[in-house]
Amino acid sequence: MLVSLKWLKDYIDFDLTAQELADRLTMAGLEVDEIKTITPKFSGVVVAEVLSVAPHPKADKLSLCSVTDGTETYPVVCGAKNIKAGDVVPLAKVGAVIPGGYTIKSTVLRGEKSDGMLCSEAELEIGDDASGIMQLPSGMTPGIPLATALDLGDTVLDVSITPNRSDCLSMIGMAREVAALTGGKIKMPSIDIKESDEDIALLSSVMIVDADLCPRYSARMIKNVKIGDSPVWMKARLEAAGMRAINNVVDVTNFVMLEMGQPLHAFDFRFLEEGRIVVRKSKDGEEFVSLDEKRHVLPADTVLICDGKKPVAIGGIMGGLNSEVKEDTQVIFLESAYFNPSSIRRSARRLAMPTDAAFRFERGIDPEGVIRALNRAVQLIALFSGGAVCKNYIDAYPQKITAVQNIPLRLDRIREIVGMAIASEDVMCILKSLDMTVLDEGGGKYLVTPPTFRVDIEREIDLIEEVVRLYGYDRIPVTVPAVSVKEMDVIPRLALEERIRQLLTGGGYSEIINYSFTTSSSADGLLLPPEDERRRFVVIKNPLTEDQSVMRTTMSYGLLETLKKNMNNASLNLKIFEIGRIFLKRGDGDLPEEKNILAGLLSGKVSEDLWGLKLNVDFYDLKGCLENVFYDLKLEKRRYRAEISEPFLHPGQSCNLYVNDTKIGFMGQVHPEVLEKMDIRSSAYLFEINLDMLEKQVNPHIHYREISKFPAVTRDVAFVVPMSMEADKMLEIVLTQREDLLENVGIFDIYAGKGLEEGTKSLGLRFSYRAPDRTLTDAEINSIHERIVSSTVRLTGAKIRA
Amino acid sequence: MISDILQLEKSALGELAEAKTQESILAVRTKYLGRKGLLTGLLRNIAQVPADEKPLFGKRCNEVKELLEEKIEEALKLQAQGKKEAILAKEKIDVTLPGRSIPPGRVHPVIQIRREICEIFATFGFSVVEGPEVELDYYNFEALNIPKDHPARDMQDTFYIEDNMVLRTHTSPVQVRIMEKVRPPVRILSPGRVYRPDSDVSHTPMFHQIEGLLVDRGISFADLKGILTAFLKKVFGSDTILRFRPSFFPFTEPSAEVDIRCVMCRGKGCRVCGQSGWLEILGSGMVDPAVFKNVGYDAEIYSGFAFGLGLERIAMLKYGISDIRLLFENDIRFLKQF
Repeated sequence: MLVSLKWLKDYIDFDLTAQELADRLTMAGLEVDEIKTITPKFSGVVVAEVLSVAPHPKADKLSLCSVTDGTETYPVVCGAKNIKAGDVVPLAKVGAVIPGGYTIKSTVLRGEKSDGMLCSEAELEIGDDASGIMQLPSGMTPGIPLATALDLGDTVLDVSITPNRSDCLSMIGMAREVAALTGGKIKMPSIDIKESDEDIALLSSVMIVDADLCPRYSARMIKNVKIGDSPVWMKARLEAAGMRAINNVVDVTNFVMLEMGQPLHAFDFRFLEEGRIVVRKSKDGEEFVSLDEKRHVLPADTVLICDGKKPVAIGGIMGGLNSEVKEDTQVIFLESAYFNPSSIRRSARRLAMPTDAAFRFERGIDPEGVIRALNRAVQLIALFSGGAVCKNYIDAYPQKITAVQNIPLRLDRIREIVGMAIASEDVMCILKSLDMTVLDEGGGKYLVTPPTFRVDIEREIDLIEEVVRLYGYDRIPVTVPAVSVKEMDVIPRLALEERIRQLLTGGGYSEIINYSFTTSSSADGLLLPPEDERRRFVVIKNPLTEDQSVMRTTMSYGLLETLKKNMNNASLNLKIFEIGRIFLKRGDGDLPEEKNILAGLLSGKVSEDLWGLKLNVDFYDLKGCLENVFYDLKLEKRRYRAEISEPFLHPGQSCNLYVNDTKIGFMGQVHPEVLEKMDIRSSAYLFEINLDMLEKQVNPHIHYREISKFPAVTRDVAFVVPMSMEADKMLEIVLTQREDLLENVGIFDIYAGKGLEEGTKSLGLRFSYRAPDRTLTDAEINSIHERIVSSTVRLTGAKIRA
Repeated sequence: MISDILQLEKSALGELAEAKTQESILAVRTKYLGRKGLLTGLLRNIAQVPADEKPLFGKRCNEVKELLEEKIEEALKLQAQGKKEAILAKEKIDVTLPGRSIPPGRVHPVIQIRREICEIFATFGFSVVEGPEVELDYYNFEALNIPKDHPARDMQDTFYIEDNMVLRTHTSPVQVRIMEKVRPPVRILSPGRVYRPDSDVSHTPMFHQIEGLLVDRGISFADLKGILTAFLKKVFGSDTILRFRPSFFPFTEPSAEVDIRCVMCRGKGCRVCGQSGWLEILGSGMVDPAVFKNVGYDAEIYSGFAFGLGLERIAMLKYGISDIRLLFENDIRFLKQF
C-alpha cells in the first residue's frame, strides 16, 4: 500500500516527520518498507515578479514582459492576457524543464528576445487552469523555487500490509491507524449529493440469485455525464498510489477504492440489456472477455454480474469489455457490492487475475461501508463529469453479513499471555482508540465489539494482540521461562551425521548442498533401467524450471553435476560429500518415502600439492576413506561385494556395501558412458550410503580386550589362485578355520605375470600368531600354521608358490 | 736410549696430528701401541737397557704410552663428532616447502550455522526433531490455521505435488506433528530444508529453516522475548541491539518479527539493511489457540511460543555473502573458505 502523506493529511492531522511516522507504523505492525519522495514534474521554475508589460510591436496576441527573480531582470514574450505589472507568477528560466520534457531556451519571437516562459497551472501540471498565467500570492519572495514556495511534491510510504489487516488497504484505514497511534481524530470526507427527480427504481433493478457468494449489491445511476480528464489533484493522488489515470469516471472508482477500501465498478448503462443486473454463479466452461480484452474460460461457481441476457463483469474481480465506460458514455450504472472473500480468492487464483479489487474483497471489506463508498463516488462523478444523479439507490442485501459482537476479554488472560499486567485503564484506552465498543462486566471482564471494518477480530486472542501491539512490545519485560525437565527422544542418526562430517572433512572431503529437485532425465543420464525404483519420481506440478521438476531419487546425479560445474571452473581435484534426502513415490495420495543418504564423490589427483604425488585417484582411495568411517563407527562385519548393482557404475570397479549382512549402499567408479553423456572428461568415483540403515548397525558399545605381553610370530605364504579369487574370500576361508592362536591375517602382496600360469595370480598372506599367556614355541606355531595352510589349499584349490 | 723414546713420542704425536680419518688414527695406534708396535718394541727391548737406566726408561715408556693412548682416544672422539656433524649438515632440507598433508575439507556454511544454533538451543533444553519434506497440505497449512482459499497463503508461494500434497514451505508443520504425538511440556527445534518457488539474489527455491517451539503451563510473551534475546546475543554478540515488532503469522498471535541492529552499518543505514538500520532475523509469536485446538491441547491450560528463522540469511550476514545462490552452487573455491 502506497500512502501519500499529503493525501493522508486530508483525513488526519499529525505532527510527525515521514521517518517518525514510518517508525511508529512499523512498531505497530504496519511495516514501512520504503519512504519515497515525489518531486514535481518540472525543474528550474522560480517565483518571479512582473515589472512591466508592453504590447509586442509585431504581434497583437503577444506582449513583452519584463520580470525579475529578485536578482536579475529577464525579457519574456508572453501570449497570456491576464498579467500586469506587480503580478507574482511562475517563471521557467532558460534551462528549465517543464512537464512533457520541454527545455526552455533563449529565443527570439518575431524579433523580440525572450529569456524564459511564464507558466499556467496546466502547463506545470499543478492544476487544471489553462486560461492564463498562474497567479501566485503577492507576498511570495521572487527567486525561490516554485516547488518550495508551493510545497509541491509529496512523500509516499510503502507500507506492507499483512493479510489480516484488510482495513488498512485504504487511506482512511491508514488514517484510523495513525489516529490510534497519535490520539488524533479522523476527518471523514463530507458527502453531499444533489439528486434529480428520476428514481433509479424506475430505471433499473438488481436480482441476486446466489446470495452466499454475493450477499450485498448496491447501485446508483448518473445521467448526462461527460467523460473527460480528471482534475489534476486527483490524478496526482492516483499516481502517488501507483495507479494510472484513465478518465473522470474510472478514476473516481479507483480513487474511492483507495480512499475507503471499497472496490467499485462503473458500467455504461446503454450496454446493460433489459437495463437490469442479475448476480449468479457461472456455469462450468462459460466464456467471458474482461475489459483488458482477455478471453477467459470461467471455472464453475465464479460470481458473474449479468444484465438481462449476458455476463457483464466477473464479480469482484474485473468488468467486461462489453459494458465498459467509453468516451461517449452518458449514463453510468455504478456498482458497490460485498462478495464472499473465499469465493473471490478461489476465482481470482484460478483465473490468474490478482486485481486490486480482488485483493481487497478476498481479504474482507467493511460490509457496512458499501453505501458510503457508493455515495462518495457518485458525488465525485457528478462533480467532475457534470452528470445528474438519479434519486435513491438500489441496495439488494438478501443475506445479512454477520459481524462478531461481544467478544469476552479477561484482564487475567492478558496478563498470562503477555507475562505482565496491563492496567485496565490502558486496555480500555487502547480498545477505544481502535473504535471498539467495550462493555465492562466487572471483575476484570469485558465484552468487546469491534468496528465492522475490523473483520480480523473475532476472538479474545485477537483483542489481546491489539492491546499488546499498541501498548508496545518494547514495554514487555524479558524473562526466562521456568524449565520443566522432560526427556525428548533424540534422533541417533543426527549424532551419526555429525560424526561422519568430522571424519570426512578430516579426510579432505568438503560438504556440498544440492537442490533436492532435479530433472527426470537424470534417470536416463544414470542409465537406470525402466523398472528401477529410482524412476518413481515425485513430480512437482508447478516447477520453476524443467531442471527442478522432480524430487531426486538418487544423490549421485547431483554429485556428478557438481563435479562438472567445478571442472568448468578448472577445479579438477574434487572431494565432496552431501547429506540429504531422496524421495521415492508411493501411491497417489500417500507421502513419498524419504530416505536419508550420505553420498560422496572423488575425482582428480591424489594430492593437490604440485610437488606431491601426481597419481590419479582410484577405487582404493575412495574405499580407504569409507574404511576410516567404518572403522571409527566400529562396524566390524563389513563386506564389499562385487555384485553387478548400479547401472551407472563401472561393472568391474564397483561393489555393494554390506554391514552385518545388510546392504547399506554402494560405491565404485562411475561408468564411462555416464561420464561421456555428461561431458565429464575425467574418471570419478562415488558412493551412496543409506544413513537410516547404517545407524541401525552402529554398535556404540566398546569392550576392552587385554593386550598380550608376549611376542607375535609371523609366517608368510604365497598362494597361487585363479585371477577371479577375491582377497576377501581368501581371508574369509582362512578365518573360518577358527584357530584361536591366529591373531591376524592380511594381504601383503599381489602378483600376476611372469612365472605364473595365465589366469592365475599370487596372493601373499601374512599370518600372525600369538598367545595371550605365553611365548609360542616354533613347534607349536609350525603345527598350527601347517594345518591352516593345508586346509586353505584344500578349500580353495590354491597352490603354494615356491 | 731415552732419546729413542723422545724421538718416538715426537713422531707419534706428529703423525696423529696428520691423521684425519678414523682409519689413519687407528693406524697410528697400531703402529706405536699395537702388539708389534714401535713403543711395544722399545719396551720389549728393555733387557738391553743398562741397569741404572732401566727404572727411568720404563717410567718414560709408560708415560709416553699413556699420553699416546689419551691423545688417540681424543682424536677418535673428535673425528667421530665431526663426522656426525657433517652428516647432519648434509641432511639439511628446505623447511619452507609445503607440508605433505590431506588438506581438510569443510562443512557447508549453512550446516555450520545450523550446528551453532542447535548447540545454543540445546543449552536451553531444546531437542532436535524432524519431519517430512514432502508434506500434506493439512500439516503445512490447515493445521497451522491457514485454511484453503485464505489470503495468508499468499505469504508463502508453494510447490505442489498433488492437490493435497506440497513441498513444505516452512519447518512449522513439524511442530504440529510433534504436538499430535507428545503432551506438554514440549521444547523442540526442527531444522531442515524448505521450498518456495522463488529465485533471485535473495531467494532460492530451496533453503533451510529452523523452527522452535516451547509449550508448557504459564509460558508468556515475556518468555519469548527472554529466550530469543539470549539466543540472538549468543549468535551475534552480547552487545547486539534488538527489537520486537508486531507482525502477522496465521499460527501465532500475538506475533513478532525480531530485528537486530544492522551488523554492517551499526544502525546508520546501508545497502544491506535497506537504509533502515535494522535486519529482520526471525519471525515468532505465541502459539495461536486455533493450532492448539487442532492438536488437542487446551489453550486455557497451556501456552507457548514458536519461532522460525532462515539459516541462509544468517550465514549471509555472518560471512558477508551478497548472493544467496552462491550457497548452492557448490563451487569448491567458495566452500573451502568456511
